[in-house]
Amino acid sequence: MSDILVNIDGIECKAKEGEFVLNIARANDIFIPALCYLSNCSPTLACRLCLVEVDGKRAYSCNAKAKDGMNVITKNEEIETERRAIMEIYDVNHPLECGVCDQSGECELQNYTMEMGVNSQSHCIADMPRPATDWGKIHYDPSLCIVCERCVTVCKDMIGESALKTVKRGGPDLDKEWKEKTPKDAYAMWNKLQKSIIGVASGADTLDCTMCGECSSVCPVGALVSSDFQYKSNAWELKKIPAANPHSSDCSLIYYDVRHDSISNSNDKIFRVSNDYSFSPIHGGTRYGYDFENVVDSKDEEAFEKVVEAMKTKVDTIEFDSFITNEEALILQNLKDKHGYNLVNNDAYMYKKFLENFSSTSGTNLYSGDLKTVQASNFVISVGTAIKTDSPNSGYAFNNALSMNKGAGLYFHPVIDPIVDGYSKNLLSVNHKVGAEEAVLYLILDLFGKNLPVETADYIKAFHTTCKQTVGEGEDAKEIEVDENSLFEMIGVTDFSEKLPKLLAKKDTFSLIAGEDLYNHPKSKNLAKLLGLIEKYTDFSVLIIPSQTNTLGVSLICDLSKNRGEFTLGYNVKADVTLSALGKGDLDMPALNQQEGTFTSMNKRVVPTNAALSFNGYCLNDIANELGFDAELTIDYTEELPSTKGFKRVAFDDLSNEFTRAGEENRGYLISSKILTCKDAVDEISESKDMSNPIYLANPVQQFSAFTNRAHQLCQAGSLYASSEFLEKRELKSGDMVIIEGSDSVKLTLRVELDLMINGDIPYLPTFDTKLHAKQFFPDGYRFAEVSIKGVK
Amino acid sequence: MSLEQFTKRDVSPEYIFYEGETKPKTGWEFFKRGFSRAIKGELFVGLWIVLREMFAKGNTHTVSYPQEKIAMAPRYRAIHKLLRLQESGSERCIGCGLCEKICISNCIRIDTKIDKNSRKEISQYTINFGRCIFCGYCAEVCPELAIVHSGDYENASEQRAHYGLREDMLTPLDEFKAKKQQEFPGFGAISDDADSFVKKTPLAY
Repeated sequence: MSDILVNIDGIECKAKEGEFVLNIARANDIFIPALCYLSNCSPTLACRLCLVEVDGKRAYSCNAKAKDGMNVITKNEEIETERRAIMEIYDVNHPLECGVCDQSGECELQNYTMEMGVNSQSHCIADMPRPATDWGKIHYDPSLCIVCERCVTVCKDMIGESALKTVKRGGPDLDKEWKEKTPKDAYAMWNKLQKSIIGVASGADTLDCTMCGECSSVCPVGALVSSDFQYKSNAWELKKIPAANPHSSDCSLIYYDVRHDSISNSNDKIFRVSNDYSFSPIHGGTRYGYDFENVVDSKDEEAFEKVVEAMKTKVDTIEFDSFITNEEALILQNLKDKHGYNLVNNDAYMYKKFLENFSSTSGTNLYSGDLKTVQASNFVISVGTAIKTDSPNSGYAFNNALSMNKGAGLYFHPVIDPIVDGYSKNLLSVNHKVGAEEAVLYLILDLFGKNLPVETADYIKAFHTTCKQTVGEGEDAKEIEVDENSLFEMIGVTDFSEKLPKLLAKKDTFSLIAGEDLYNHPKSKNLAKLLGLIEKYTDFSVLIIPSQTNTLGVSLICDLSKNRGEFTLGYNVKADVTLSALGKGDLDMPALNQQEGTFTSMNKRVVPTNAALSFNGYCLNDIANELGFDAELTIDYTEELPSTKGFKRVAFDDLSNEFTRAGEENRGYLISSKILTCKDAVDEISESKDMSNPIYLANPVQQFSAFTNRAHQLCQAGSLYASSEFLEKRELKSGDMVIIEGSDSVKLTLRVELDLMINGDIPYLPTFDTKLHAKQFFPDGYRFAEVSIKGVK
Repeated sequence: MSLEQFTKRDVSPEYIFYEGETKPKTGWEFFKRGFSRAIKGELFVGLWIVLREMFAKGNTHTVSYPQEKIAMAPRYRAIHKLLRLQESGSERCIGCGLCEKICISNCIRIDTKIDKNSRKEISQYTINFGRCIFCGYCAEVCPELAIVHSGDYENASEQRAHYGLREDMLTPLDEFKAKKQQEFPGFGAISDDADSFVKKTPLAY
């Protein structure tokens, strides 16, 4: 795509050929009103407000593609009459309940009604009863709905679930006499508006999706709001605190909307989480899992002294997870350097090892992909991640690539996921055998590799056999040579070779998403090396999803070891002495919404997050100060993040946290990657043991850790989650109790729950409910384990 | 044309200018002024008026507070009241939060929630009268004429922070039933010519 010049209202704007005029105008700070258009989604043309004049002809700027030398006028008398009439019609029968409406103050209908100067009404049509409904966490009030279809669009093009659609309204038809009285576009808009309303696509009573809540975020009016937030506060009372998603490694930009709790309690409280929906969607865990703060009345000096005393005398190991900031990771590393503690973090350790092995063949210390490259590509492969629950934002980018770039994709995972299957017709789900990831990566090398190293090429060649096949019938029968690839068989797919050429037609940008299954895999070393070869010898840019929020940051900053010593201090991990933000330890720590600091996201970006709520206790920095360091605030360490690992010497207060109008991510800074020397040697595919009754370690939608489970909207008890197929086969019902018995005779009795969002025969155990100790069934960390499951009567 | 109206910039043209009596210059003039002032009976005119008013009946302006109280003018802004709807008697306040937003001394706070009928309900309404400056903005901004000023000016209190709760301000039901609730004609009330501003909207029924 070449650079061109477009003239909008006399201003020369640089643009790319084929870009939408509306986006060019927005990027150049020129205002064109629009209600229904969403960046990164397809134009719906529902509102027609973005009407402009392109070279003397009327066009809709949201779907008018830019050409060189184009002349655009955004405003003239004719356009303004249309726009005013459109806004007037949107106001027909719109309830005058702004006083109580939750959207009031940030309502686009209010804003544009004011903007267009609508102070009288000349249109009318009889209304019909439109009762409000509760769709679980989302409340839908059709009488407030202006059917801009943003919710439908975002659900289809961004989230990938198509859980909403427009359904028949069933009201009176628009009288023909309005056709003469109303401007053309306004009439067309009205005609469409009057026919439809939003409904659940499956026809069910309530929404049956992953409940990301993005539809309620994009809603310009108060039709879709969070049921929990309803009538609790007003837009103007809430202070927006920019932060980063604390629950998963996408670290998307979010805002904590904070206000005093109530009349009797003037402490701050988070009322909701909002996001910049034009540029960064967020998942349900972030949207509803915001109140995981650790409330402490005062500093517990006694407990603090005990911890410091233990650190000075007994402690030889610090164990922690990766739900911490970069600064805290640096404090821990400093403590290690000064006092020689062992740092244990299994999650980051495995990831670090994986990245090291990856760079040994790829030649760079970091992977090249990020969510933006995934979004921009037209062929995406996902391997080794239950993408819907592990990293929903990667799933959104995947789906966005499929729907916006006419893309195609492959999804390799043993657990059948109907939600991912529903992304697109051009997505082929391959539900391979457990442990076949090596074969999958070899297959990718086989299909896409260019100038592969000789040894690898030879090894791959050995999988191919040519056999003769007869095609056609009778006299036309011909014998041709067919290439048979035994890798297909190893993975366990049959019709792959027929479908693949169709999927690959006209594809030129490739992305590969690799996930958590691979890091803890028995063959993780070889998998990492194979991924490195894919990065080096194919067109794929690889994205390796960090498993927890700051796994990448911790693995870069800390020198980790694998084993605990004799006396362990746990930070958010149960140990001999426990510091906990979950409120169960020996000393209370601030949760991530009470801390300022930075995360290293999966986009290899250091992003700042601010404290939404205050914390009255001690933090890790206080302990470090007692142990010979001197920093007033934790964020004093932001500047000192190791530049040898790619961090920059930038102070916390100098880090920005926003998207520009053009949608560029102006948040923090990118970590620079280094070129390393590399080898091409990889191992051959090793035999993997077939599992007859595998179980998977994953969380249900919206849950990510014990922190999400603290939030009042997500709090639940963990169960064994299984598909209806699994339950039917074993004659179990949702809610029955089962005993799981793993190797080393570990046992667990728990409820089994039907999860409609998976299929197939592999159930999963969650980690968010710490009471279950799910990890005991997965001693090596590998996410699949062989267990026996029996029903209890 | 007289330039007087331009030179006398500090007053408007309708004023009558009084230059004062001419000052005596000579000794004789001083004597004349002193004499005429001394024998004028003005002193006794004043004394007579005082004497007359002292014994006159029924013209005192002093009220014997607290047994007696002055009725305040309708626009006087004293302690707030929350009114009820004329027909149903339910609260007028819809909990929109505009008063809370506009309050320049930040003394209004409200709590709202969703009620059983899925409507917005105001669960508490407080005004910190220790901070309130009685500017009347809350009454002016209220779209429902729910929060208004009453004539109750007695707001002495034992403590600086004196809170008004909803229960204190809301018209009591017995008073409401006795039709004692009065409309507030001050800022925010509908003006007499409000009807003339209404633009008619067509109806399709």
